[in-house]
Parts: sequence; C-alpha cells; structure tokens
Amino acid sequence: MSAIADDLKYTKTHEWVRVRPDGLVEVGITDHAQHALGDLVFVEPLELGHRVAAGESYGVVESVKAASDLYSPVAGELAAVNSALGSAPELINQDPYGAGWIARIRPDDAASVSSLLSAADYAKLLAAEGQ
Amino acid sequence: MAFIPHTAADVEAMLAVIGARSIEQLFEEIPPDLRSRPLAGIPQALNEMEITRLMSRRAATDRVALSFLGAGAYEHHIPAAVWALATRGEFYSSYTPYQAEASQGTLQATYEFQSMIASLTGMQVANASLYDGASALAEALLMAARIRRRPESRRVLVPRAVHPHYRAVARCITSHQGLRLEEVAYDAATGRTLVEALEPYDGEDLAAVAIQQPNFFGVLEDVDGLAEWAGRRGIPLVAIVNPISLALLRPPGEWLAGADVVVGEGQPLGIPLSSGGPYLGFMATRLEHVRQMPGRIAGRTLDLAGDEGFTLTLQAREQHIRRDRATSNICTNQGLMVTAATVYLSLMGPQGLRRVAESCHVRAGELVSALTGIPGVRAAFTGPRFHEAVLQLDRPVEPVLAALERRDILGGLDLAADYPELGHALLVCATETKTRSDIEDFAAALGAVLEARTAA
Amino acid sequence: MAPPREPLIFHASRPGRGATDQWPREPGGAISIPEGLLRSRPPALPEVSELDAVRHFTRLSQLNFSVDTHFYPLGSCTMKYNPKACNALAMLPAFLARHPLAPESRGQGVLACLHELQGMLGEVTGMQAVALGPMAGAQGEFAGVAMILAHHRARGEFARREIIVPEAAHGTNPATARLCGAVVREIPVGADGDVDLEALRAAVGAGTAGIMLTNPSTLGVFERRILQVAEIVHAAGGLLYYDGANLNAIVGRVRPADMGFDVVHVNLHKTFSTPHGGGGPGAGAIGVAETLAPYLPIPIVGREGERYRWLTERDLPLSIGRLSAFMGNVGVLLRAYVYMRLLGREGLSRVAEHAALNANYLLARLVRAGFEAAYPGRRASHELIVTLRREAREQRVTAMDFAKRLLDYGMHAPTTYFPLLVPECLLIEPTETESKETLDAFVAAMVSIEREAREDPERVRRAPHTLPVRRLDDVRAAKRLDLAWTPDGRTADPPR
Repeated sequence: MSAIADDLKYTKTHEWVRVRPDGLVEVGITDHAQHALGDLVFVEPLELGHRVAAGESYGVVESVKAASDLYSPVAGELAAVNSALGSAPELINQDPYGAGWIARIRPDDAASVSSLLSAADYAKLLAAEGQ
Repeated sequence: MAFIPHTAADVEAMLAVIGARSIEQLFEEIPPDLRSRPLAGIPQALNEMEITRLMSRRAATDRVALSFLGAGAYEHHIPAAVWALATRGEFYSSYTPYQAEASQGTLQATYEFQSMIASLTGMQVANASLYDGASALAEALLMAARIRRRPESRRVLVPRAVHPHYRAVARCITSHQGLRLEEVAYDAATGRTLVEALEPYDGEDLAAVAIQQPNFFGVLEDVDGLAEWAGRRGIPLVAIVNPISLALLRPPGEWLAGADVVVGEGQPLGIPLSSGGPYLGFMATRLEHVRQMPGRIAGRTLDLAGDEGFTLTLQAREQHIRRDRATSNICTNQGLMVTAATVYLSLMGPQGLRRVAESCHVRAGELVSALTGIPGVRAAFTGPRFHEAVLQLDRPVEPVLAALERRDILGGLDLAADYPELGHALLVCATETKTRSDIEDFAAALGAVLEARTAA
Repeated sequence: MAPPREPLIFHASRPGRGATDQWPREPGGAISIPEGLLRSRPPALPEVSELDAVRHFTRLSQLNFSVDTHFYPLGSCTMKYNPKACNALAMLPAFLARHPLAPESRGQGVLACLHELQGMLGEVTGMQAVALGPMAGAQGEFAGVAMILAHHRARGEFARREIIVPEAAHGTNPATARLCGAVVREIPVGADGDVDLEALRAAVGAGTAGIMLTNPSTLGVFERRILQVAEIVHAAGGLLYYDGANLNAIVGRVRPADMGFDVVHVNLHKTFSTPHGGGGPGAGAIGVAETLAPYLPIPIVGREGERYRWLTERDLPLSIGRLSAFMGNVGVLLRAYVYMRLLGREGLSRVAEHAALNANYLLARLVRAGFEAAYPGRRASHELIVTLRREAREQRVTAMDFAKRLLDYGMHAPTTYFPLLVPECLLIEPTETESKETLDAFVAAMVSIEREAREDPERVRRAPHTLPVRRLDDVRAAKRLDLAWTPDGRTADPPR
C-alpha cells in the first residue's frame, strides 16, 4: 500500500504539490509513482526559468526499466530544482514527499492549486486503479 | 528433413500430448482460405554438397582483381585470427545480451570495443555500434539536433566533400524529422572545405555542422578552423572519421573546440569488403551527451557478490522502453562486426595500427607520384591527404577504367556522376595491401591504356 | 562450478609486445601530413601477442550462452540453428574480397544470388517487389512507413500522418513511426489477444496513414480477424504494414499479401536463420504490393537478359532513397540465400509446421505441469506465453527470477516482461530445430524451479548461482556510468 501525505495536493498523473510559505509550489512524484517506476537512476528537469502550462512536461525521470515524463500540476515558471537529485536520484524512492522533491514552480495563479485532488481523492483514485 | 530433428514417432507423440489429430489442426485458427502452400516459385531443396558447388561456381565468376578502389570501403589485411574467433558459435549464434549473466563474453567484448573507439576518437563514450558509417551519420545529425535543444533549428551544414552516399543516406533518414542538409562548397584548388565557405551562415540558425576527416577526396580538412567556427557559435559538431587514420591523425576529441559526436565506418578494422556489408557504424560522444546517443551501450557494474561484471545500460533511451520517444528505432545492430573489430584492434595495438596508417599514407603518396608521372594525368587537389586522391585525366574516365578492368585492374572510382564539376576525375586509393610493384603495374597499365587510346 | 572470469584485455597489455606478424612492414617513406594534424599521444589500445588475443577472446566466447551451446527459447527472436554451410559459403574468399563499387561484370555471381533471393522472398510473402537494402528489421520498418507516407503524399493526401499500432507492438514500431514523422496512435488488444475491432474502427479516419501489425501477434496467437482488420484500414484509405518478426510461424503456410498487407519486412536473421551474432548484423528485406513498388529503397538488383545490375535512382526516381552507404548487409543476404536453397520449397513449409508443433507441445506440457497459459483456449503460434502471476503473488518469485534460475539449468531464459500486457510473462519460442528431448528437459527444469520457488524461494530469487557472474546490479550500472576503460580509470569529459 502506497503512502499518501494528508497535507498535500495531487494529480491524476501521480504528482504531488505543496504550497510553500514563499508562494512557490513544490512538486514531486508520489510514493505510488516511485514504486511503479522502480529504482530511479536519473532525473532531468527543464532549465530554470522555463515556462510550463498545467499538464505539460517539466522534465523526465528514468529507472532501469522505464522512463516517464514529469507533468507540471500548475502553469508557471520553473523557479528551483532539487540539485541533490543529480547525484542521488534514489532520494525520490527513499523520501518521495520530502528530500525527493523535484522542482519548485512560481505559479501564474496560486489559486489553481485548490482545484487539484485532495489526499482523500487521490486515495480513491489509487483504489480505483486497483491499488 | 533439413534442420528439423523430429522423427515420425516424435510428431505422433507430441500431437497426442497436444490433443491434435494432425499438424494441420494447429493452424485451425487461421481462416481456411488463407492457408495455402504458395511456394511454387521456390526451387526444390539442394543438399549441402549441391549448394556448395553452386556457390563456389558463382564465387568464381566474381573474379578478384588488383584493386585501387576506396571511396568508403577499404581493402586491408585481415588477420586469420579475427574471423576464426568471431565465427566461434558462442559469438556467432548468441542473441543481443539482454540476459547479462549468460552473455558476459559479448558484453565484455563490447565494453572493450567501446573503450577502444573512445580512445581512438578522443571521446569519452562510444556505443555498441550502428549499421554502417552512412546511417551513423544520419543518427549523428539527429542526435546533434537533440543536443542543440532548439526544436526550430533544422538546418545542418554538410560539406560537398562528404561522401555522396553518406549525404544521400542522411537526407533519406533525417528529412522526415525536418532536417535540411545544406551543402558547403569545397575549395577547387586544395579540395578542402574552407572556413570562409561557412561564413555566409554566420548568424544563421543551424542544428549541426558535419566534417569528414579525411574527406571524400582523401584530403585532410582544416579541422581546427572548422570546429572552432561551429564551437564559437554553440553549434554541435559532428565528425566523420576513418578509424585507421586515427592512429596517425589528431582525434576529433582533441580538435580545437572538440567534436560533439564522432561517427565513422568501422569496416577497415578487420571487416571484409563483401560487396558492401555487413559493415560497422561506430559512434562516440562526450559523456554529457550520452543520454542523447542512440544504440546499445554496455557498462561495467557489480554483481550480488560485489564482483565486476558487464550489462547493457541506459536502456531507457531505447525503443523497447521509450517506444515513440526513443532516441532511435535501432534494435539489432552489427554485434558480430564489433567482436571482429575488437579482435583486430587488439592484434594491431597502437603500434601496428599506426604502421597500417603510415603504410596506407606512404603507398598512396607513391601511387599519386607514379600515376601523375603519366602524360595526361594530374592530381586534382593540392591539399594534404591520407590514403586517397582525386586524379584528373585528359579524357573520360569510364572507358579508361573499362580498359584497365580487362587487364584485371580496378583503377578507382569515376566521379563523373557525383562531381561533374571536376571533369574527368578519378578517385584512387592505396592501402598497406598494395606493394610498390602493384603500383608500378597499375602505372604501367594506365600508361599503356592512355597511350593506346591517344594513338588510336 | 562457474567458469572463471576473464580480465579486460587492457590488463594483459605490456609495452613493446604485439602481434607483429600481423603488422605491415615499415613503409619506408616520409609522412607528408602537416604537424598540426597529427596525433600526439597514441590511442590506448592493448599491446598483446597473438596468443594473448586468441586466448582472451576464446575465453570470452566461453562466457556466452548461444544456440550452438544451449537451448535458447527467447521469444520473438527465433533462435534457431544457423547452419554452418550458410556461413562457410557466404565467406568464400571471392565474395569477401569483392569491393562494393567493383564493376557489375565482376559481381554476377553475388548479384545472381541476391536477385534470386528477392524472388524467393516475394514468393514467401506474396509481394510484387522486394528490396534487400535495409540492414535490420527497424530499417525495414523505416523504409515501409516512409513508403506508405510517400504513397499518400503522391496522391495529395498530406493529412494522412497517423500510424496505428496495437499496444502490444514491438517498441520499434512506434519508434519507427515517430522517426518517419508520423503520429503514433495506439489501440488496445482484447482479452483474447486479438485486436479490438471497435477500437480500430474508432481510430481510423481521414488522418490514417496505415497500421503496423505482427501476425501472429506479439502475444503468441494468430490474429483471427485479420481480413476484417485489413478491410477496415483499407476502407479508411490506410495501408497495412506487416512486421515480419513472427514470420517463422506462418512461412510457407500463409502469405502476408493474402492477409491484406501492402508492405512487409522480413527479419532474415529470424525466419531465414542468419546468425544473431550477439546483437547483429541482421537484414530487414522489404516487400511491397504493386502500388508501393516505385518507392522502394535503392539499390535493388535488376536483370536484363542474362545480366544482373544494380537499379539506382535513375531507374527508380520516386524511391524513398538510400539507407546504407552501399548495398546493406550483403553477407547476411548470402547466408539467407543459402538457407532458403538448402530448405527448398518443401523444407520451408515444414518450418512453420514444426515451429507450431514445438510451441503447442511445450504449451500443453507446461499447462499440464500447472503453469498458467496467458491465452488459454488459444492455439500457440510459433511461440507461447505463460504468466507467472500466481508464483509472483504466492511465492514472491517473479518471471525474472525464473528466467535467471533457468540459466543455472543450462538453458537460456525466454523473453521476460514482453509483451507488457501480460503480467509476469515468459514469452517462449522453441523454434523448429529443437528436438522433443530438449523441450522435455525445459519442462522438467520449469517444474523443478517451481518446486524450488515453494521450498527455497531465496535460491530462485538470488539466481543465477553457476554462471561467471551473479545477478548484476543494473541500477548501479545506470547511476555510476562506467562505459569505457581508460588508463587512468576515469570516464570524464575533458575541459573544452
């Protein structure tokens, strides 16, 4: 059973979202997603300053058996990336909601986060997918 | 039955286990009107003795001649050990090493090959082969365009002095990705691609620049100047090289503003001419670009017990995982040729390979001297060369080549179709396989042919 | 006992040693190349004697499984016996020595073989014209999709850019379509393994360029409604591409052209038994219906009276172009030619029959032994799929564990985790050249591993135990890239 953090928002594509006090939106992939991908070996977010639309790719993650796009939950500008992942992509496997955060996005519209899935909604989604 | 071991009793017993009355019943899911025996046009079987006779007769009709042909495929001495080893059943009849633990031989040979190619080219990493030099150029241009990270950059500069077939293949394969090959002229006097010829493209949006060293004419390019031009503008540089020449020439990784992708034809490394294939495309790059490289890559790692071993790695770039987002559609490569080339490079070593390169160069120089001593023959270009040269005759080349062929000499490649601007031009090559007496024979024959024609 | 490992050849290197007999003599002339173009440091190639090299590569070869040494039931790869005559006759000295640009007058022997091979492949596939240039299946696919798109463009139908592929297709299919600039549209496969016709009907339209299919499919079963598939795609204005990866299942029995396909590629290294060589070279000959013939890739071998010659862009002005510097993998083509002549008309049709017999026998025996067929009730084609989902659930022993443990039993593993549609799958292709005894031994090994999975699962999970290496760490390989040996032990980019 995958862990779900209660205080975060989620997407159908298994991304999580945390609104930080500085207004940036921190994003990563869920415990379920890291589990499905397996041991991650490479993370490559787009360059800082890149603009993404909601649902658009902001980078890729790779395991030995799969490669997956990272989809931005919100529209905005890439404001920070987790540089620790460059040499330690396994942080995503070990601590997907903490040290394994992937990027911070400066949202065009901070309110857009509220329309994302709640932890309870995401749990239902996983249940429906047979998890 | 040829290569089918089943006895009648086997077939009967197996059908009984399956619960089928006949083999025909195993095909029952196929609509009956599709089930045919449509092989009337295929001859009846020959046994091994009969096919040996047929093939030997056919081989005999393809008479071997004294050849001065090069143009991308080169006659070199191939040590007997190369193919004695490469055709061992354990190499010859194994599959792509997906089950690493059962494929350590192929994987380690591939790792050694990658190491040798990386060192020869002066790059950091190499892949486990592409099909041939020409298709490798196509892949390199696509890779360079990915490295460029500007999807709108679609124009690539490819000199006219690059092998015409390489350009044709690159055009065929990359045009579907919207790449447009633009031809850069060569200097009529030297046969080199001049930096000045790139200047008109200054400020233009380019995805890549390609340079062939030595170029199709056998002339050595001013690689530093060309590479620097591209490097200063942040345009990825693709180098096309002859691996034998790299024993002598400064490798692309050490060109001023080094190359980003290096490709070439590995055929000179112990692979027979064989009418054009199978050959061996190789590709090397900088470590920073490795995730954009197509093709398989072997890597060294550890096993459960902490001991070293080899496995295919970075497979997430490839079609079987990334499907329509893969770096290429390539799956099967030229694995056995990789093994052969690795054996060849091991036997030659740095000294032997250098000796091969020097011999090619010296013999080619002697060839040019001998042939240009004949009235009506001159060297087309003044630029320095490796082991090929363009000669210009005082009359059309084709009948001259035909007359030489009647004397059992293949006198080179007629450039009339690909380079009409060069007039009656002929591309000749000499490798270490040619002796001074071979060269004298060629010169004597050419002299005689030209004289006879002049007299006539 | 595991055979010993072999150190890298670089470790055997000693300065001044060499296989000097293989080197040319000192050339005795000056090097007239400007100093600035010359290499300053020699490449890091090994300096070893001929015996060093022979022993090293012989030992490396002994670390491999191969068809010559082991049963190799790798699904979708058709690891059949590669007759020795095919190799010996393709390597006759005159064939090897022939320069690709040598005059046609000095190549009538090889050209005759290639011309007849074109004809025989046309006969087997039912296609009107064949080109032998593509150097592997993926290049054949490229040629095929490029021709389909060229055909639509020539008719002014520029909007036809979608290539439909079933979700279980080989990865090369979508990768190729994309390389050709097409848009990939995946359609689902039904629970019985056949294409979902409703989904297909919904997918086709004015944007459809074509569909890429293997038949039998990658699921090891024959696509029973292939004629309806063809009708739907053709009615929508699209063309059908046959991926010949599984041709061994039907060769001599069913022709792709009769199923409605417009273009096929044939993996000569599968059905026509040219060697896999540890990853290649292959050959991906391509055959087409009359409508596509003008677009075939060059060169092709033509015949005028008694003479054979290359057909080039002058003969085929609409050709999609050239895919190799010269003529593709001629040496591979010669091996396929010899194989087809050795089998002849009768032998070729027995290939599919006995491939099917072996696959269905293996399926029947495995099911009786308690393994679960992925598509129960269906005939196996030339290969079969079992799913180990129960073993994975109950014993936590996966398909990969079974595969690795089979190596300890002296058998190469079947294909694992392809197609992805089937959980914990083993795709098993015995081929027609294996005997009943070998198949029985495989079943015995599977039964034995099943027992181990119950009694000592850790032994299976940690397999293999008897190979030169234990299970390798793929994650480490991908994270700590070590892709080339260097004298100083580093693989790093030098500064620009």
